[in-house]
Amino acid sequence: MAKDTQSKARGPAVRTGPLMAPAVSLLVLWMIVPLAMTIYFSTLRYSLLQPDAVSFVGISNYIFFFQDPALWTSIVNTLSLVGGVLVASIAIGTLLAVVFYETFPGASIARLLVVAPFFVMPTVAALIWKNLLMHPVNGLFAFFARSLGLPPVDWFSSLPLTSIGIIVTWQWAPFATLILLTAIQSLDREQLEAARMDGARGLTLFYHITLPHLARAIGVVAMIEAIFLLSIFAEILVTTNGGPGSATTTLPYLIYKTALLDFNVGMASTGGIMAVVLANIVGFFLIRTISRNLDS
Amino acid sequence: MRKSLAVRIANFVIGWSAAIVFFFPIFWMALTAFKTEPAAIATPPKLLFSPTMINMRAVLDSADYLHFFQNSLIISCAATLLAIILGTPAAYAMAFFPGGRTKDVLVWMLSTKMMPAVGVLVPIYLIFRDAGLLDTHVGLIAIYTLMNLPIVVWLIYTFFKDIPKDLIEAARMDGARPLSQFFFLLLPLTAPGFASTGLLSVIFIWNEAFWSINLTVTNATPLTAFIASFSSPQGLFWAKLSAASLLAIAPIMLLGWLTQKQLVRGLTFGAVK
Repeated sequence: MAKDTQSKARGPAVRTGPLMAPAVSLLVLWMIVPLAMTIYFSTLRYSLLQPDAVSFVGISNYIFFFQDPALWTSIVNTLSLVGGVLVASIAIGTLLAVVFYETFPGASIARLLVVAPFFVMPTVAALIWKNLLMHPVNGLFAFFARSLGLPPVDWFSSLPLTSIGIIVTWQWAPFATLILLTAIQSLDREQLEAARMDGARGLTLFYHITLPHLARAIGVVAMIEAIFLLSIFAEILVTTNGGPGSATTTLPYLIYKTALLDFNVGMASTGGIMAVVLANIVGFFLIRTISRNLDS
Repeated sequence: MRKSLAVRIANFVIGWSAAIVFFFPIFWMALTAFKTEPAAIATPPKLLFSPTMINMRAVLDSADYLHFFQNSLIISCAATLLAIILGTPAAYAMAFFPGGRTKDVLVWMLSTKMMPAVGVLVPIYLIFRDAGLLDTHVGLIAIYTLMNLPIVVWLIYTFFKDIPKDLIEAARMDGARPLSQFFFLLLPLTAPGFASTGLLSVIFIWNEAFWSINLTVTNATPLTAFIASFSSPQGLFWAKLSAASLLAIAPIMLLGWLTQKQLVRGLTFGAVK
């Protein structure tokens, strides 16, 4: 092991293998074993209701799955939800980052209040919105609508996916704000000042100085959010249960339903593989951005 | 920097409007927690009312709630501690004795986070069922340890990286062995880093709702899954829901507010500092 004589040596003075082994081997297992099992199950006809009637069916689960309209509905739902929330939360986050970059009376308190929803657990967020705010009879929004002489909106019946989108945006816009505010703070004040001297104002300043500076951070936010949003589950479970019909059945919810309500291991695994592929497409870009950052 | 009055007023107005809009649901929930059940669903909504502790007492008096709270606490602390114990040696090795593949290992660890939970729901559920791990603390602790291990390694790695090389070199010159270097130099220097890593991990686990809902029934159920049970129509007591929710989110919100700065680093794997 290391002796002080090695202090000048460039190479490792400590054997790193045993230090790395526990974390690395556990993560390898965590990554490979369940995924391999999912791939294997996806080639089986396997229902927990008939555990003795397991048979190998090759890719026919995939063929069946691709022909099932429920899959495409769920993928469209997933992408609409993820896309909508991404756009909304990043737009709000960018605006608020710019606003909170400046100081104004009570700015630090206002900032704490803005980021608060990010720390609310998903089940609480969804149930508070569903009942206290969006309930068509006793909810606060219904009361506001009626006071304005409008018919109250039955949020989860008439706008189910939008309603869930609103709740999720409420949780994730604070995240975007938090990250983008940190990123904007490294903006060079002198550069801003110089641009202003040159006559740049307001939106021009924003488009040519602030936005390019934030570009990479916005990319990071978008990808991290996408990874989390692709797995949105609890919010749907406690509000709509995927309904009405299949209006809010996203891919994760469809898989959950197939696995734990229909007990269809084979099909659920096939769906699981789809989810993995979808997440990896997004993840690929995130990894690339972050590992590039590791070099600098 | 001089800014026109109009811009400053606009910032003030937008900033505070956003604060009010975003915080309002939490505020309204907190208010409802102190209403009676009829007052909670009253129309028009009651802004002024005589607060009652009846819900708080009902929630706190029920052995169930404390049981779920305890589960959340045990599971999030145990998994965090385990992840730190497992992750620190790896972070130490990669930060101070980087090899040719260190960067690849770091990126690979991060990539394990890309695995969507639903992708492995079926095998994990079956493994847990066969191993008798469903609805146990051990099962959830294992899942959460593995889930947070990459983040913990990354964060501790970046904190180790921030320590000036000269300091380590000086300690080495003085003849400090790696182990004493670690305990008497690195650990004190990075104590705040360890604290914020731990807090971030606790926050993540406390709020995790996919595995907790799918892998527990009652025994090991944490708060996220317990609150989900309020979604059933017959369980719709808004005041009680609000009281239980308030108690469930309050500790984490305080932690989150205290660790905002480190949070950004942890949430973006150091890509935004």
